[in-house]
Amino acid sequence: MSPAFGRGVMTNHIVDLKNTDVALIMGSNAAENHPITMKWLGEAKRVRGAKIIHVDPRYTRTSVISDLYAPMRSGTDIAFLGGMINYIIQNNLYHKEYVLAYTNASYLIADGYDFKDGLFSGYDAAKRTYDNKTWDYQYEADGTTVLKDPTLTNPRCAFQLMAKHFSRYDIDSVCKITGTPKNKYLEVLKLYTSTGAPNKCGTIMYAMGITQHTVGSQNVKSFANVQLLLGNMGRPGGGVNALRGENNVQGATDMALLFHIIPGYIDSPMNNAANKDLVSYLKAVTPGAAKLPAANMDEFRAAVAAGIPNSGYKVNTSKWVVSLLKSWWGDACTKNNDFAFHYMPKRDAAKNYSHIAMFEAMYKKEIDGLFVMGSNPVVGGPNANKEQTAMCNLKWLVSVDLWLNETAEFWTYEGWERPEKNGKVEQRNPKNIDTEVFFLPACAVYEKEGTAAQTGRWVQYRWKGAEPVGESKSDLWIVDELAKGIKKLYANSTLPQDEPLKNMTWGYGHGEEPEPIAVGLELSGFTVADKKPIASGFGSLKDDGSTACGNWVYCGQMATKPDGSLLYKPMNRDNKDNSKTGLGLYSNWGWAWPVNRRIVYNRCSVQPDGVTAWPGDDARVLIKWDATKVSDPLKPEVVGSWVGDDVCDCVKTAPPDKAVPFLMRPEGTGCFFAAKASFKEGPFPEHYEPWESPQKNLMNKQEFNPAIKVWEPEKQGKVEEYPFVGTTYRVVEHWQTGALTRNLPWLAELMPNMFVEISEELGRLRKIENGDNVIVSTTRGDIEAVACVTKRIKPYIVDGKEVHMVGALWQYGFKGYATGDPANRLTPHVGDANTMIPEYKAWLCDIRRA
Amino acid sequence: MARLMTNLYDVSKCTACRGCLVACKDSNQLPAVMEPFKGNYATHEDTNGNTYTLIRFIEHEDPVDGVRWNFLKYQCMHCLDAECMKVCPKKAYRKTEWGATIHDEDKCIGCQYCTYACPFGIPKYRTRTDTVTKCTLCYERVEEGLKPACVRTCPSGALTFGYRDELLQQAEARVKFLRANGFPRATIYGKLELGSGTNKIYVLTDTPDKFNLPVDPKVSANTWVWQDWIKPYAGWLIPVALGASAVSFVTNRLINKGDDHAKGGHE
Repeated sequence: MSPAFGRGVMTNHIVDLKNTDVALIMGSNAAENHPITMKWLGEAKRVRGAKIIHVDPRYTRTSVISDLYAPMRSGTDIAFLGGMINYIIQNNLYHKEYVLAYTNASYLIADGYDFKDGLFSGYDAAKRTYDNKTWDYQYEADGTTVLKDPTLTNPRCAFQLMAKHFSRYDIDSVCKITGTPKNKYLEVLKLYTSTGAPNKCGTIMYAMGITQHTVGSQNVKSFANVQLLLGNMGRPGGGVNALRGENNVQGATDMALLFHIIPGYIDSPMNNAANKDLVSYLKAVTPGAAKLPAANMDEFRAAVAAGIPNSGYKVNTSKWVVSLLKSWWGDACTKNNDFAFHYMPKRDAAKNYSHIAMFEAMYKKEIDGLFVMGSNPVVGGPNANKEQTAMCNLKWLVSVDLWLNETAEFWTYEGWERPEKNGKVEQRNPKNIDTEVFFLPACAVYEKEGTAAQTGRWVQYRWKGAEPVGESKSDLWIVDELAKGIKKLYANSTLPQDEPLKNMTWGYGHGEEPEPIAVGLELSGFTVADKKPIASGFGSLKDDGSTACGNWVYCGQMATKPDGSLLYKPMNRDNKDNSKTGLGLYSNWGWAWPVNRRIVYNRCSVQPDGVTAWPGDDARVLIKWDATKVSDPLKPEVVGSWVGDDVCDCVKTAPPDKAVPFLMRPEGTGCFFAAKASFKEGPFPEHYEPWESPQKNLMNKQEFNPAIKVWEPEKQGKVEEYPFVGTTYRVVEHWQTGALTRNLPWLAELMPNMFVEISEELGRLRKIENGDNVIVSTTRGDIEAVACVTKRIKPYIVDGKEVHMVGALWQYGFKGYATGDPANRLTPHVGDANTMIPEYKAWLCDIRRA
Repeated sequence: MARLMTNLYDVSKCTACRGCLVACKDSNQLPAVMEPFKGNYATHEDTNGNTYTLIRFIEHEDPVDGVRWNFLKYQCMHCLDAECMKVCPKKAYRKTEWGATIHDEDKCIGCQYCTYACPFGIPKYRTRTDTVTKCTLCYERVEEGLKPACVRTCPSGALTFGYRDELLQQAEARVKFLRANGFPRATIYGKLELGSGTNKIYVLTDTPDKFNLPVDPKVSANTWVWQDWIKPYAGWLIPVALGASAVSFVTNRLINKGDDHAKGGHE
């Protein structure tokens, strides 16, 4: 989403679903995995007469509450959505004023850009990568001003190139690939594209069914293009809404629990010349700054103050980075030592540190130790047989969990005791595994305090409801003790390489238990001189070392009360809707990043003039331009301000013609054409089959995503041996790897056994009856499960042939009350080209009676 | 009689998350009953002595509607004219003023007459206490001014609790809405069934048979069988078949139960 809009977040929020006219749920089983969304969609149905569409390989609990269900073969989302983009353009269903004003549709694209035979210009087949220099705009002679065609007729404008690119996605071609019945596909197209009318808003809800593919990022980009065309972004009841897989995934990514970023979604520095000092690094991560002549921070600061063309709001990156360094190294971070930039760990530019890569490295004995907190890779990791084998190579493993889960006791793996049932797993004997396992019992969520950032970016404080059981401790306590212990070990070191640890600021409270509010203050940011929180938000951060902020997107969550004590806004609990038109913003309940903005890109909720609502849609205006208002009483000379129930997502005092709607993008607009390094595999989404597919690619000459890294080419299953599509998913009764829920008897009894779902047709083909025990196999492993033979799955008619699917729950393991084989013993070590998210959702398998 | 209070269950809003099942077990402190998965999400064959409420998952397919997956929460219907009360030899059943059918385990002798008489097959014998058990409509919670546990936990708004007359009005409006929005056979269940109705109101999106509910429970009270559930429970039909034996079974129970209590009970 970031290449399209500027931020990779759920754009709206859960309550806002009630404002929609049509909800397209695709790649998500929201009723099972996000039950509370059903409450608000129900409200939309009841009050607005909204319609719900569910597109999914299976008829699920979500399909039941939908008005329209359309099946689709797993891994063909781009074909499905490409057809929708084509349908919108061919039938003139796009929201014209919106597209012209708020997107890069009119931008002219560089002459070198081309697309042929499934490949964009610049492909290097040997390296499986693209040189993206032609994926750019045309500029005027100054080299910075982009050429545009407001008539959208120039064949080199982004709109016309998009129209041409997707013209191949006609309805018949699409249905041949996806296996969707044509009449159902047409119904979906008609119903969803009706939201292109200016007075309608459609929302798209998606989850791991979209992202866990080799084309996951481009799947999301397809959504973005649809929503920009229909004018559904930045408006209540619209948006591209990523439903997060866990309650704090948003918080985890905000805090950079990913290998390639530092807190606040800034690329992490690498060990190359481009990152040799702070200025070089800032030039690399600030859009448009690469070629600035600045040689030191003073010159860089001056350049930022003067404005960098095509930079967007990220022109301020230096302020976020320096404030972050200041929060990490305090007094040891000064102007004279490059703000301690040399303390920052640098990653190897040639290496990948994602989940798959990490376990591949472990398998090759390149990693000695592993910390596992709130994770259970023996059940949840792809290619779980290999990952479990890899763990045998560790010298030590620390597992932090509520129970001794499959990962903590990986060495007791029963797969090694019954090789006849799991022949493809490498044999290990527990006697010969030298890994030393440390288990730290952790508190449950109700036994500790702190915040979680939910899917809609709301940061909410949670108070302790019960005392911890036994010796279990909160994560914060465990990390705090660990850091204090490490610092103690290095306290007397005189080695320069130990300085980052020695000088790291660390102090969250005074007692035995660290205080979450102290962490909250560091994240929110403070002025170094007086340690007072920066309540006004990240606009006040500086790059001269006078401010410290642990995560700029969280800046402003802490303020000072009149009595001088701290006001931690995630603790706010005012359940009154502050929206005058009943939009359910609840701005004083918790706190949403950025700066408590509930719906991002909300500049788009009014027409370009900034004052007129979209025709017939007065109730869904979030902000308006007030030409007479003075927003800051200290600056009475600045007249004119954005006002409204939500916090404006543009510069507050910028008049409508200057207030760009997507300010985090260098273009300032939503992007159909994702320029330059946005994606590894091209500026437009293109359909490629999954790495393992029963079907040749009917859309172009490339079989699978040409930009993905193939880790184990020999493990690619072939359709002759493994004829069926396999996919994995969850049920509402169990949570993630089941480490929690399979140990709770009341939940274990609801879904006590591992099962796989197949159609009645596949059941007949393989002589499997409902309730039979079956074996599912791939090149990676075999699992045993109970068969659920159901009418809810049907074979897909793909290019005239029947294609069957086996759906497997991935939440089982060999510990707890409810047990079963992990489905991830079947899934491949292959991932998205950009994010490396594993392809859990589409692979080839076979099934037989046990 | 006080104003009746009841549960409204709207299947069109139910996502079968089964939170109500867990809330019920928690509120009534009932142990888990592990039954292996046999191919239906419901997992449990039927309510049992330690499971007062379940969600039924029923698949239908026809050329017009395609596949439909119907969910039904089922538990004691709290019939206004309750058959269980009539057949109980020890008067262990009573009605609260607001309409809940309460079963008093202290009076129960475990004769299980009620389990055969119930038109919905709900009360179940529990070995560990040698009594019959069933849903209580959380009467203790309700009389403290709280909602039943299942209603309190429902995230999608499928369950509501309130005055029966008001809920019936809501239900009628909802059925009207559903009939106009893709469910032409939507109907209310529990309003007039068994003559006087039940103290649980269902809004169904299709005819009752599509939810494995008896279409006319009054007529078929003694003969109606749950096709899908009968086979595994052939065991409990034997006493019915052997009518005379059953009488003596009950008589014996009536005589012996007092002794057992004198000896300090069964557990």
